[in-house]
Amino acid sequence: MGFERFGTVSFVSQTKVAKFVDFLDEGSVMGTKCKSCGAKYFPPRSDCAQCLSSDMEWFEITGPGKLVTYSKLMYAPSGFEKDLPYRICVVEYADGVKVFGRISSQIPDKELAIGMDLVAVPVKLSGDKVSYEFRRP
Amino acid sequence: MQKVGIIGVGQSAFVRGYEGSIRELVFEGFSEAMRDAQIKPEDIQASIICSAPEYDKQRTPAGLMAEYLGLNPQPTFYIESVCSSSSMGLRVAYSMIQAGLHDVVAVIGFQKMSEISSAESQERMGRGADIMWESPFGTMMPAYYAMHARAHMNTYGTTEEDLALIRVKAASYGQINEKAVYRKGVTLEKALESDPVSTPLKVFDCCANADGSSCIIVASEEMARKLSPKPVWILGLGAASAPINMAGRTTFSGLTCAREAAKQAYAMAGVGPEDIDVAEVHDCFTIAEMMAYEDLGFAEPGKGKELIRNKETYIGGKIPVNVDGGLLSKGHPIGATGGSQIRTITLQLRSEAGPMQVDGAKIGLVHNIGGVGIYGNVTIFGRDE
Ligand SMILES: [Zn+2]
Repeated sequence: MGFERFGTVSFVSQTKVAKFVDFLDEGSVMGTKCKSCGAKYFPPRSDCAQCLSSDMEWFEITGPGKLVTYSKLMYAPSGFEKDLPYRICVVEYADGVKVFGRISSQIPDKELAIGMDLVAVPVKLSGDKVSYEFRRP
Repeated sequence: MQKVGIIGVGQSAFVRGYEGSIRELVFEGFSEAMRDAQIKPEDIQASIICSAPEYDKQRTPAGLMAEYLGLNPQPTFYIESVCSSSSMGLRVAYSMIQAGLHDVVAVIGFQKMSEISSAESQERMGRGADIMWESPFGTMMPAYYAMHARAHMNTYGTTEEDLALIRVKAASYGQINEKAVYRKGVTLEKALESDPVSTPLKVFDCCANADGSSCIIVASEEMARKLSPKPVWILGLGAASAPINMAGRTTFSGLTCAREAAKQAYAMAGVGPEDIDVAEVHDCFTIAEMMAYEDLGFAEPGKGKELIRNKETYIGGKIPVNVDGGLLSKGHPIGATGGSQIRTITLQLRSEAGPMQVDGAKIGLVHNIGGVGIYGNVTIFGRDE
């Protein structure tokens, strides 16, 4: 339990990486790193697909990373209508780790440019839910 | 190794709201394929049922369909790779026939999307991605493809007008396909003025949801020659996968699963992109067709826009693509789509495509993608001289 607190609408409650949500509460966006082979993962995983080890440790996504691509949604799937419009994106960090998420509404559309620097920041949502969003560094 | 051929094809009309049950919908595509092949249900040795779950309430639809179509007691089972389910079904049918398990197999695809609302449909499709790490942000299919469109535009200078031109082409052929859900023409102005759905994609950049069914009858070489005057042969099959989560992708200006599947299919068939006379590509969005031009090698990376600007993908051009209206105008009933694409190419290679016919087409290609490039299937077909 615990992971159901992640995002506007969540579809999964149980995972071995539910601590991700606790880290968001504490102000950090975290990925996992394989202690055996060093592979870094975001989204965090409990198991390494490179060497099949399950001995993982947490590392913080710091940055800034660079905006790879994005889109502004004018329609939403069920459950997200009140958030409209919102922008989703992919951000890539220097170590090659990519993070998928939303861009903060604080950044106007006209200031968005592929390649711009962004940082992932934990945010509190209504109903005791938590997430993260991308802001200017 | 023996060849494997297609001896019958069928599809229902693709419609907005089918007024019947899924079993009746499936009967339409199946019965047309059976009439085309001139065989009876007892001649089918196994059936493969292909769709995406959760649009209707039926669990394990294979059992239902086999009974309704008169296919008991032959084996039947379900194959799912969302939008490419029926191409994956064809791959399995090919394997079973090559293994000598069966000589005649029916690949049956269907989807009744109108059982649920459009927003519910977007939610279901959105959950065809990573539900743990992406769906909580409110994702949907147009937004994923829109991110690819943005990347393609940024990398190669592709424009919104280039994408609109793909829609104009699709609509010009949708008008002459009596099975298409969208039968109207679309002008460049109309496409460009349509409302944004997920920037930079607009309403006319998106395919139409539809209800529909398709059926492909696949046979061993011996049975195909015995039963069919004009068998169409499967020359090459390619299939690949890519990370479901966008964070795992290496590029957003193409689909790596399509590139890998194309490489396999070309190698197996012993042909290259320049040998393809007519192609069906998975244009669930205009950007998907643009990327397909490049992923399939019809154009160099970044040069896909030249193909559409110069009308090279129209009939009469260098490589006619989606001259049946594509998913954009024909409609995209998820599980039925691959079968419909295979049907179009089969009719083309039999010179039976009517007003959509590409004269003298001998080699055809089907590019069918599941999800946002999670599953890639590329299949190449040929005919006897
Ligand atoms: Zn490892």
